[in-house]
Amino acid sequence: MNRFDYIRPATVAEAVAAAAVPGSAYLAAGTNLLDLMKGGVMRPARLVDLARVPGLDAIEALPDGGLRIGARVRNADLAYDPGFARRFPAVAEALLSGASAQLRNAATVGGNLLQRTRCAYFYDPASACNKREPGAGCDAREGENRLHAVLGWSEQCIATHPSDFCVPLVALGAVVEIEGQAGRREVPLEEFHRLPGTTPERESVLAPGELVVAVRLPGEAAGFAGHARYVKLRERTSYAFAVVSAAACLRLEDGAIAEARLALGGVAAKPWRVPAAEAVLQGARPGAEAFRQAAEAALAEAQPSGENGFKIELARRILVRALTLAAAGTPERLPALPASPLASHSGVSLHG
Amino acid sequence: MAELAGSATHLRHGSSIGQPLTRRDGLLKVTGQARYAADNHPPGMLHAALAVSSIARGRVTGLDVEAARAHPGVVAVMTPANRPALALHPDDKASPFVFRMDLLQDDMVRYAGQPIAVVIGETLEAATEGAALLAPRYAAEPARTGLDEGEVFIPPMVGIGAPSEVRHGDVEAGLAAAAARIEAVYETPAQYHNAMEPHAIVAAWEGDRLSIDTPSQGLTWARDRIAGLFGIAVEDIEIRSPFLGGGFGSKGLIAGPQVLGILAARLVGRPVKLVLRREQMYGPVGHRAPTRQTLRLGADAAGGLTAIQHHVRTASSSFDDFFEPAGGVTHTLYASPAIVTTSDAVRLDTGTPMFMRAPGEASGSIALEGAIDEMAAACGMDPLEFRLRNYAEVEPTTGKPFSSKALRECYAQGAARFGWAGRPLAPRQMRDADGLLVGWGVGTATFPALMFQGQARAVLRADGSGVVEIGAQDMGQGAWTALAQIAADSLGLGIDQVEFRAGHSGLPDAGIAGGSAHTATAGMAIHGAGADAIARLAELAMADGRSPLFGAGNAGVVAREGRLLRRDDESRGETYAEILARAGLGEIEGRGTGAMDPAAQEHYAMHAHGAVFAEVKVDPELGQIRATRLVGAFAAGRIINPRMVQSQYYGGMIWGVSFALHEAAVVDPRSGRVMNANLGEYHVPVNADLPSLEAILVEEVDPHVNALGIKGVGEIGVTGSAGAVANAVWHATGVRVRRFPIAVEAVAGLAG
Ligand SMILES: Cc1cc2nc3c(=O)[nH]c(=O)nc-3n(C[C@H](O)[C@H](O)[C@H](O)COP(=O)(O)OP(=O)(O)OC[C@H]3O[C@@H](n4cnc5c(N)ncnc54)[C@H](O)[C@@H]3O)c2cc1C
Ligand code: SF4
Repeated sequence: MNRFDYIRPATVAEAVAAAAVPGSAYLAAGTNLLDLMKGGVMRPARLVDLARVPGLDAIEALPDGGLRIGARVRNADLAYDPGFARRFPAVAEALLSGASAQLRNAATVGGNLLQRTRCAYFYDPASACNKREPGAGCDAREGENRLHAVLGWSEQCIATHPSDFCVPLVALGAVVEIEGQAGRREVPLEEFHRLPGTTPERESVLAPGELVVAVRLPGEAAGFAGHARYVKLRERTSYAFAVVSAAACLRLEDGAIAEARLALGGVAAKPWRVPAAEAVLQGARPGAEAFRQAAEAALAEAQPSGENGFKIELARRILVRALTLAAAGTPERLPALPASPLASHSGVSLHG
Repeated sequence: MAELAGSATHLRHGSSIGQPLTRRDGLLKVTGQARYAADNHPPGMLHAALAVSSIARGRVTGLDVEAARAHPGVVAVMTPANRPALALHPDDKASPFVFRMDLLQDDMVRYAGQPIAVVIGETLEAATEGAALLAPRYAAEPARTGLDEGEVFIPPMVGIGAPSEVRHGDVEAGLAAAAARIEAVYETPAQYHNAMEPHAIVAAWEGDRLSIDTPSQGLTWARDRIAGLFGIAVEDIEIRSPFLGGGFGSKGLIAGPQVLGILAARLVGRPVKLVLRREQMYGPVGHRAPTRQTLRLGADAAGGLTAIQHHVRTASSSFDDFFEPAGGVTHTLYASPAIVTTSDAVRLDTGTPMFMRAPGEASGSIALEGAIDEMAAACGMDPLEFRLRNYAEVEPTTGKPFSSKALRECYAQGAARFGWAGRPLAPRQMRDADGLLVGWGVGTATFPALMFQGQARAVLRADGSGVVEIGAQDMGQGAWTALAQIAADSLGLGIDQVEFRAGHSGLPDAGIAGGSAHTATAGMAIHGAGADAIARLAELAMADGRSPLFGAGNAGVVAREGRLLRRDDESRGETYAEILARAGLGEIEGRGTGAMDPAAQEHYAMHAHGAVFAEVKVDPELGQIRATRLVGAFAAGRIINPRMVQSQYYGGMIWGVSFALHEAAVVDPRSGRVMNANLGEYHVPVNADLPSLEAILVEEVDPHVNALGIKGVGEIGVTGSAGAVANAVWHATGVRVRRFPIAVEAVAGLAG
């Protein structure tokens, strides 16, 4: 048996203390971590189970109209929370487009942020992978990299962050609350994940042993609720990671775009917010031309990292799509196929 | 008596055959009471875990056996150094139907995922960690992974004994004379069976007697192979395989890992359970080999085919022979004065490919149906009209008449149901309300009507009830139900009066549950056994002066609802129980055999057929595809249970969607490892991918295939469907993608 310590702390402070031991990992639902352990990819010496830690599973309204979501809130519980979905429809849509119903019923907010890449070489201990073993090399570079990054990648690592949830979150300026031995700190989600550079093994700004306790959406983010969508291109209709995805959240005033919040998924080692594209749209009239310009700006720096140049144009197109849908208005109810390009959008003219 | 058995004694009335009964094992399954192989835990059982190679070619130069052995709970580590002796070398090949295995015979590695050691522990966890601790070291050689690597050769045969080259007519002349020609190269990837239930075995030795629980599609073959490998008598082997969680061909022959489980039990002298992990299913238990198929077709001005040339490049392993017979469909499907199919192959560092649902037909059909569609387009014809224009009235390459062929009715009924009429000829003409591109495609389905050899035993008991025994296998297809229906009718009893026994090697050999031939083979054996039992019973009665049937001789008798009746006066009859009681017999037994009739085979081409119509929707900018509607119409002779058959067609049609749009093993070209060896990333359709499905059972009476008129239904649904979906994608988009599964970037016009 692969022996490891299993600790079930009763408070956040206990959890943080327990995880201070090097080689520790927090266990949330385990939908990612346990697979990695079974595959011999991660071998933590100690699991600190968050299951009984109080105070991590609430969805709380904040005085500014925002929302504080505990790190252990289940993906499905959050997506189906009526107050949440009404105020942050694109986030709910992204959540419901992830994984499968069974996984969403288990997977947590914190686990979703910190899930590891799906790069197949990372999961295969026989392959060289700088993320798994710093300095070992990157077998994806010359290997099967059709779905790898086109933005922000480095020679050392071309993996993507697979989360859907994080894409609208980063667009809406979510903030991550972190608890460590030195106390509590906050980091904007946009700065939470790190690009690989020369240290792809470091995926976030979390110091070893630090715990994500909550994710906060500011009140002003609810101001986009009327025009907020997430769209995800997949190789099957459900239960597949994004080839590329996009979140578009607009605030319209007098028929013009007062403010745009845009992010791409499946393109980089982090959920990729695109301020340049947001700037293009500021004050613009919604329409195909403006959207295309925004998409050009969003991908201006994109570079294929292998046999994946097609993703750049697909990313542009999916951003245009998300913008078109967002401009048309958030539907009263989420489509039966959330975030799917194949969902019915009666009345919206999408295709040229 | 023989005469009686062959006569119409056996007419059925109010029969079970043809009834849409629900699965008789359904309740057991949905309540978790069906005991699958891995559910068995004999006392004292240990757990075995495989250690498999991460390189595809080379040698194992070191294993840390001591570390594994020292791990708490590890009982033994089996390597080539201590593996118990076998009576046969695992690489001996006595016939083309015996496949080589990797049973720790040496330190050679021939594919990624090859077993290189087995660790046996008190718990699964101990064995698993022990296997991880082996930390193998290798001397690796470069892996051969692509269809262009290594020497190309022409295999002496493809599939199981099919010629690798078939020539009929002059293709070059046909092409030269054609008014329109197409040439196209279609590529299909390696695919893995991915049965829900992984290969599993629980093996227990008692001296030289061996008791096994393992899923098997062919109990007798498995038993014979094990007997040969271990040098023990077949009578000393008992295999129980009541339920399989799918097989699709991968459980047709006993596979290496199952034998390793038996070896492990021998090594430790205790029962051992070995269950493959999901990722271990991508190596030693078979797969569908990749193909590259080049088709050249010509047609005259009226749209009549003048030539079909179909060349298949495929691959086998470096150490054994199985060549995907993808050209087979071209021999039977469309009329053409010239048809040539050829094959060549390379050897790759993979596990040996194996039959996988519609082996050859699936890969060949999607390419041929695509090429036919291209030819129709080149002729400016509707693809259905083109297929009808080239309808084969006789089997084109042999000239034999078909034993039956209701394909025209399939086309007609399928097209009507689908609403094919009015389909625009040109592609990219249809949109739905959301602006998604809509396309319609058609494909022709075909699969040979095969039979293997099988035997059955039927018994009538003193109380008038019956027992039917046959070592048949239910892979989930419904054999427990369909064969029991045949059994009931064969004995003239209601289905609840017959105890039907199957799934055990001690029962008569039912042949393999494969080739879509199981219902025909086992069904005919059962039919014969029941007839034999009834004939013996009738003989008793007719020879007994006290029986109302005395002297019925020439007129004959009829068996119905537990009674024998005079054919010329049905008011005269008596129950089976009465006949047996008077004769003082506790029971009466009959035997039957199912096999192909060589004379009929000589004279007729025997195939099931069908037509599949597909609708897809495609996002024009993003390339995402969804099949939205599939209508299949199939003619496969007599239908024993329409509900089961419909499920087989649905399953096949879904498989077709998968073939066209989803399924592929992603192989790293350097290491030869399958990089998506899990069900999260090896895509098969999920519920949201499934279109509305309709399967029409087209009536077909076949007097030649066998006395019951049964063809097979297990595989035909894959054929035609995959091509119909791919053709619909073309019709929706105008982009002809010839590489499967169809990728989003190809449809979006971005393929590099
Ligand atoms: C087959 C499959 C398909 C999937 N498809 C999708 C998809 O399409 N889209 C998508 O977005 N996701 C997808 N997922 C990923 C899924 O969302 C993640 O597995 C899940 O979100 C992880 O949550 P968890 O609670 O199970 O985390 P765990 O597996 O328990 O943990 C994951 C990681 O996060 C760390 N961690 C967890 N909680 C905290 C915390 N509070 N503070 C610090 N560290 C923490 C753990 O130590 C671990 O390293 C898929 C997963 C699978 C297995
Ligand atoms: S892309 Fe990153 S995760 Fe993948 S193999 Fe390279 S270093 Fe590892």
